[in-house]
Amino acid sequence: MDLTINGIRRTVHSAPSRPLLSVLRDELDLTGAKYGCGEGQCGACTVLLDGAAVRSCVTSLSEAQGKHVTTIESLEQNGQLHPVQQAFIDADALQCGYCTAGMIMSSVSLLKKNSNPGPAEIKSALQGNICRCGTYPRIIEAVRMAAKLSTGGGPHA
Amino acid sequence: MPEFEIEVERYELHADPSYSFTPGRRDFLKLMGGGLVVLLTLNSDANAQQPPAPQDIGAWLHIAESGAITVYTGKAEVGQNIRTSLTQAVAEELRTSVTRIQLVMGDTMLTPYDMGTFGSRTTPFMAPQLHKVAAAAREMLIDLAAAQWKVDRASLAIDDGRVKNPATKASLSFGELTKGQKLTRTIAADVRVTPATEWKIAGHDLHKVNARSIVTGKEKYTSDMKLPGMLYGRVVRPAAFQAKLAAVDVEPAKQIPGVVAVRDGDFIGVACDDSAKLDQAAAAVKVEWKTTPQPGSKELFAWLKTHPAAAIDWKPIEADVQIEASYNVAYIAHTPLEPRCAVAQWDDGRLTVWTGTQVPFGVRNELAEAFGLPEDKVRVLVPPTGSGYGGKHSGECAVEAARLAKAAGKPVKLQWTREEEFTWAYFRPAGVIDIRSGARKDGVISSWQFHNFNSGNAALRSPYNIPNQITEFHAAESPLRQGSYRGLAASANHFARESHMDELARAAKMEPAAFRIKNAGEPRLRAVIEAATERFHWGQPKSRPGQGFGMMAGFDKGGFVAACVEITVVNNRVRVDRIVEAFECGAIVNPDQLKNQIVGGMIMGLGGALFEAIDFDNGRILNPRLSRYRVPRFNDLPEIDVVLVDRKDLPSAGAGETPIVAVAPAIGNAIFDATGKRLRSMPLKLA
Repeated sequence: MDLTINGIRRTVHSAPSRPLLSVLRDELDLTGAKYGCGEGQCGACTVLLDGAAVRSCVTSLSEAQGKHVTTIESLEQNGQLHPVQQAFIDADALQCGYCTAGMIMSSVSLLKKNSNPGPAEIKSALQGNICRCGTYPRIIEAVRMAAKLSTGGGPHA
Repeated sequence: MPEFEIEVERYELHADPSYSFTPGRRDFLKLMGGGLVVLLTLNSDANAQQPPAPQDIGAWLHIAESGAITVYTGKAEVGQNIRTSLTQAVAEELRTSVTRIQLVMGDTMLTPYDMGTFGSRTTPFMAPQLHKVAAAAREMLIDLAAAQWKVDRASLAIDDGRVKNPATKASLSFGELTKGQKLTRTIAADVRVTPATEWKIAGHDLHKVNARSIVTGKEKYTSDMKLPGMLYGRVVRPAAFQAKLAAVDVEPAKQIPGVVAVRDGDFIGVACDDSAKLDQAAAAVKVEWKTTPQPGSKELFAWLKTHPAAAIDWKPIEADVQIEASYNVAYIAHTPLEPRCAVAQWDDGRLTVWTGTQVPFGVRNELAEAFGLPEDKVRVLVPPTGSGYGGKHSGECAVEAARLAKAAGKPVKLQWTREEEFTWAYFRPAGVIDIRSGARKDGVISSWQFHNFNSGNAALRSPYNIPNQITEFHAAESPLRQGSYRGLAASANHFARESHMDELARAAKMEPAAFRIKNAGEPRLRAVIEAATERFHWGQPKSRPGQGFGMMAGFDKGGFVAACVEITVVNNRVRVDRIVEAFECGAIVNPDQLKNQIVGGMIMGLGGALFEAIDFDNGRILNPRLSRYRVPRFNDLPEIDVVLVDRKDLPSAGAGETPIVAVAPAIGNAIFDATGKRLRSMPLKLA
């Protein structure tokens, strides 16, 4: 089965029903997306499918076929962090860091649709992502900072 | 190093061992040399024989010829940010940049013995220890330079990773001075550590040292590891707790190409060359379990007071106002976002296990016992870990992975499913707390009798000025396996105590904040109450229907806390609008990360206060999924305001735990304020 992952065509040898998350992690060694629940409840496995955030643990390979899969590994380009990544560092929006990749991917997806979201819109867009360490307020702040960085003409604007 | 005391509330795991690896199978006999091996996770036994902390600098700190500084500590980073705060401690004393320092954490082969990362002990004990270690190294570097230059050491300065001679403008890097040799000098007891008031690096905001690795997805947690030839493991679990194996056939699983299946006593598991085969392989094992009836959540609180039967010896109360009440606390799950995971590898009779644990030396002990190995043949390493909150003290997953790897003859990674994490780990203890109290007309508490069943004895005593208070902890037979949790007993005891304080204040016809201040003899307790109420504007009139205000105060593990909350109750649903929490834990080490810990604890506390409870019956967990066990999410977020009370004159205490205890009682008291209904059971549910 052929997939386009982070802009590169990859051939994988798994059953079409296999969750995208296991293929990314175990077959393609892209371990940025994490397993947290296996039922699409925690958001740690979030990746982008044609730019929209999906839970890769409940997305089958066949659903991903023919679409562009974007994972956290591709956000940094030429040593330059994506504005959302930079904002998560600047706002100290991480503790154990296990949810961070999913949070960042959901935030990237939100900012594609809404370049200047307010706190309520951020909460709503990230409601499916759990941070058990309770870093939520700083994550909201990070997304606000990222929005400003992006509209300020950063490399990914 | 300050004496480590066994943590008062540290909970033993009372449950039966997960497995008895029994002899009988030929491969296992070879391994064990026969004999019954009982696997049990009682770290307290290991604690009793803890070796003394090493006295030489070299055991803790190494400076390579390149100048790279490596620090060794047995503590584990599980998100509480000690990798950064301990790095700051070393940078401070060595007068060098944090970027030159690398911490090796929780590696039983390389780091000095450590009891474990729990009880908010890293900041009060390990940070001062590393301050001393690095200060001793600093003095040694100055001595080395003075000897080399044949000058008085007092004429030298140390700055920016170099020892400098201001008179000659000469300077030597740390690496040039040590030449990579082991620093064998003993750490002097009176070595001059930098006072907190002079800190330039410690005590200041610093981004997490590994933040970039995390935000780029490069940070390798245990679950991200892949060793050459590694297999993926899965344990075939019993149908219920205490179930006995009636019949098993692992042969059908073994028939699947690339699958190894193992049965050893009651342990059954599979390992596969492809993770896609795990479900099929586990399902192929034919197994029957014999289950036994067990109590469920419905009869839990009555059970705890009757197993064993314990009569409370109530003393007569003489007071103008007397009340009595009983409070309940449910079992809750830690729910770390990374379920337990371990990678195990055997090599010529030596066992190496990577696993996310808060107690690496305890896990080494468990592995050594399970496999009949001397401890020096077992190495446990703790990679970055997707949080713990007191939930990763035990080594079941490590033992299981090691058993599978032994059978497979290859490295095995075992990642528990979320359902396994919810079922086969352990829980924060449930509890019942009965209180009888009395107060004089003027609001002075004259009698206080406090009996806790099963939920633990930390913060059992009231921090208020009550001379003849009676407090007692009654151990019970817990229906579920229970253990440590972020502020476990302190949460239960503060919920009961501070709810009861509110009830007693109202019975004495006193305003709750004034009642607490009146009875707070300890100035530090009064200070946090005043800080919280002032910031909150406590005493403001209500402005809308359903609105309620509640407060609490307390003390545990060296930290004083007070909180005020504002809620709105609509259709029996509680919305928390605002929480102000004041916290004082002595001298502040890193204010930004301290706030992160406090806010994190408060948000986690919302779950236990409002919705988290393990539902169980007959040895089965009935809500072992995130879709059935609700944890706090973005939309549960109130406005949060943290007031830090900095006491530079006092030693620093940890902050990972105590802030969480404030949430439930303050909300419960606000619910009473809003509705007139007193809820005495956590989680607090109106309908």
